[in-house]
Amino acid sequence: MSTLCQIRDLSVTYRDQPNPALAHVTLDIEAGGRLAIIGESGSGKSTLARTLAGLLPPRTHLTGEIQWTGGTPPRPGRDLGFVFQDPSSSLNPVLTIGEQVAEGARQHLDLGWKQALERAQDMLERVRIAQADRVLRAYPHQLSGGQRQRVAIAAALAAKPKILIADEATSALDVVVQAEIVALLDDLVRDAQMTLIFITHDIALASGFADRVAIFKDGRLVEAGPTASLLAAPAQGYTRTLLQSHLDLTSPPLVEEAAT
Amino acid sequence: MTLLEINNLSKHFRSGGRDVTALDGVSLTLDPGQTLGLAGASGSGKSTLARIVMRLLPSDGGSIRFAGEDWLALSGKDLRRRRAKIQMVFQDVLGAFNPRATVGSVLDDPLRIHEIVPKSDRPRKIAELLDRVGLQANLADRSIRDVSGGQRQRIAIARAIATDPALIVLDEAVSALDVSIRGKVLELLVELQRERDIAYLFVSHDLAVLRAVSHRITVMDGGRLVETGPARQVIGNPQSTAARALVSAVPRLRIQTPQGHSHEP
Amino acid sequence: MRLVRNLIGSPEGAIGLGILVLLALVAIFAPVLSPGDPLSIAARPLLAPFTDPSFPLGTDRLGRDVLAGIIHGTRTSLAVGIAAALAALAIGLCVGLTAGFAGGLVDEALMRVVDAFQIVPSFLLALAFVSVIGASVPVVVIAIALGAWADPARLTRAQVLSIRERDYVASARVIGMHPAEIALREILPNALPPVLALSAIIVAAAILTEAALSFLGLGDPNVVTWGSMIAEGRNVLRSSPSLSIFPGIALVVTVVAVYLFSEGLTKTIGRGRLAA
Repeated sequence: MSTLCQIRDLSVTYRDQPNPALAHVTLDIEAGGRLAIIGESGSGKSTLARTLAGLLPPRTHLTGEIQWTGGTPPRPGRDLGFVFQDPSSSLNPVLTIGEQVAEGARQHLDLGWKQALERAQDMLERVRIAQADRVLRAYPHQLSGGQRQRVAIAAALAAKPKILIADEATSALDVVVQAEIVALLDDLVRDAQMTLIFITHDIALASGFADRVAIFKDGRLVEAGPTASLLAAPAQGYTRTLLQSHLDLTSPPLVEEAAT
Repeated sequence: MTLLEINNLSKHFRSGGRDVTALDGVSLTLDPGQTLGLAGASGSGKSTLARIVMRLLPSDGGSIRFAGEDWLALSGKDLRRRRAKIQMVFQDVLGAFNPRATVGSVLDDPLRIHEIVPKSDRPRKIAELLDRVGLQANLADRSIRDVSGGQRQRIAIARAIATDPALIVLDEAVSALDVSIRGKVLELLVELQRERDIAYLFVSHDLAVLRAVSHRITVMDGGRLVETGPARQVIGNPQSTAARALVSAVPRLRIQTPQGHSHEP
Repeated sequence: MRLVRNLIGSPEGAIGLGILVLLALVAIFAPVLSPGDPLSIAARPLLAPFTDPSFPLGTDRLGRDVLAGIIHGTRTSLAVGIAAALAALAIGLCVGLTAGFAGGLVDEALMRVVDAFQIVPSFLLALAFVSVIGASVPVVVIAIALGAWADPARLTRAQVLSIRERDYVASARVIGMHPAEIALREILPNALPPVLALSAIIVAAAILTEAALSFLGLGDPNVVTWGSMIAEGRNVLRSSPSLSIFPGIALVVTVVAVYLFSEGLTKTIGRGRLAA
């Protein structure tokens, strides 16, 4: 697999903050793969996502570098799509779904409105939204959280970018919808041979579909590597802690069963 | 000797000209000192049920008996006084507190309103509560915005136990917490339950969390209760579609051994 | 106190606050800075400015000291401006809180009243009021407040409606807090910040409205105000423009100071929220 970008000694400090959000991160991201960036709150994972997407606020202090193969960083919308955590605030409440999904195609693929809307409907069908033609004319508040997130994914992919970054894209959704969205992302990325960078705090979720994982804590990269080997034999204590604190249905319960 | 008895509860909302049924004839019981996990996807009605139990929303039909009394019939001063016995812990760890509050004032409010201890004793009681939930007593002077998410949820729990309640409703109480803290908070809740004989109505869409702390689990779908039973049974052998969907959606840690065989720990 | 310190932190806030404090001092110490009645005739008429050291800004058509007029005029402008703004805020907060809490018919009825007051241009309303009742400082204050209370009312109501749905208000109900205490301790303090930011604008508008009313001859004739001075100077605008220009400058400086202060206030509040 070829490399998509090489991050070298990257440090990011927000304006007016004493401590860096990311400190001396060195990481290679491979093209065409699914990378999960895992960390708890304050780990810097969202900052890394936004740095890669060029979404940092002005006057953020950055040192180190990111070298993209191809020379220039990916253009947001055109080469890179971004899906945010909260679908209710990432969609514009006063524009119809069609307008928002078509916008990317219109701008970056230079399509007219009619063609862009056709493409939008196509995208909505690909993200498995029922009655896509009616949803084109609907507004975000008329959809459920899961549907809104599908729309956000459709909008991110409208201009056929090569990279998709999903920043905690399922954290605001319930488990059932989360599983569906993760499966959807997996399919879409596989079909289009895109690179997926999936930010999450849920190591189990990542273990289900990521090729590689990178664990972050307090702004630093703890360890990174192929999912299988890293989770089977974690080198760092923190990774072990994350694995141990994970709760699933096989974890022993804390209470004794009721008699009845 | 049932603590909470909900009978045929219903609730409708009018939304954009349409009538939405949030709850449709829901009935359940909860015994003292037991935890009932209330599971369901978004829109299943579980949060609505929690809010009606807390008297934050009016119901459209049905009854609730709490500690032998008609809970829905209370109002005004009587209701406020009885509220000491049912408390709630919210999901949104930051939004659950007045931005201008301090840790001490958050705990002082219930103590003052229900006259749990005389005024001069309150600082001591506050220190006691903080200690019980594993926090330092000197946190009392801090602004609520200056503590971490995990600490805030512990403070929320301290506030909930301040009035010595018989029942606490937890609405996705650990969903917004970091994974490494979740386990500790759940352990704290279970300890408090054993010590003080508190019943929990634990609302969550995450069956893994419910499995850890519930004695029994009941599953909601589309405003109705579709399955109830001991936790182990509902999770091990789910009968309803909703329960099966919830069980299969829980992320499982997939770890491959070096030989390439995949297993779950 | 932390608020004041933060205000000094932002340049606009510091400049605005500085100028306003200076003006307030001038207003308070007016009788000391410029003893005697500013409306009394002091020297020969139309003395040019910067010629006579005892009358640095010259005299007007009747021979009244321009500088004395400006110094004493500060009192009226600031007093009327602040009093009118406070009255507008008080009425607006009461109406907004009531509407936000009561809901239903009470809310609807109050909002229609607010609509009515917002539709009528506030200056015309003040004009009509003063014309009918008669011009004196209290009447001018009420007239301006009548035109200005509708905006804070609407904003307060919007804040109350939004805050009512927050989890911490639900939490207060759950622990058994009395509704009145919830309103005063949980909702009101958190509803205030945007309304306070608005208040500075109201003060500026009130000062300008007062000046305009005086200019039209509808202010209190017994006190000297910048507006009346500007009106006086209109008659000799070509030959002695300074009679209108100096009070005009005083007005501009005051209003700009209020706006700068309001900017500083808004930024401070905004920053406080971001820090959460």
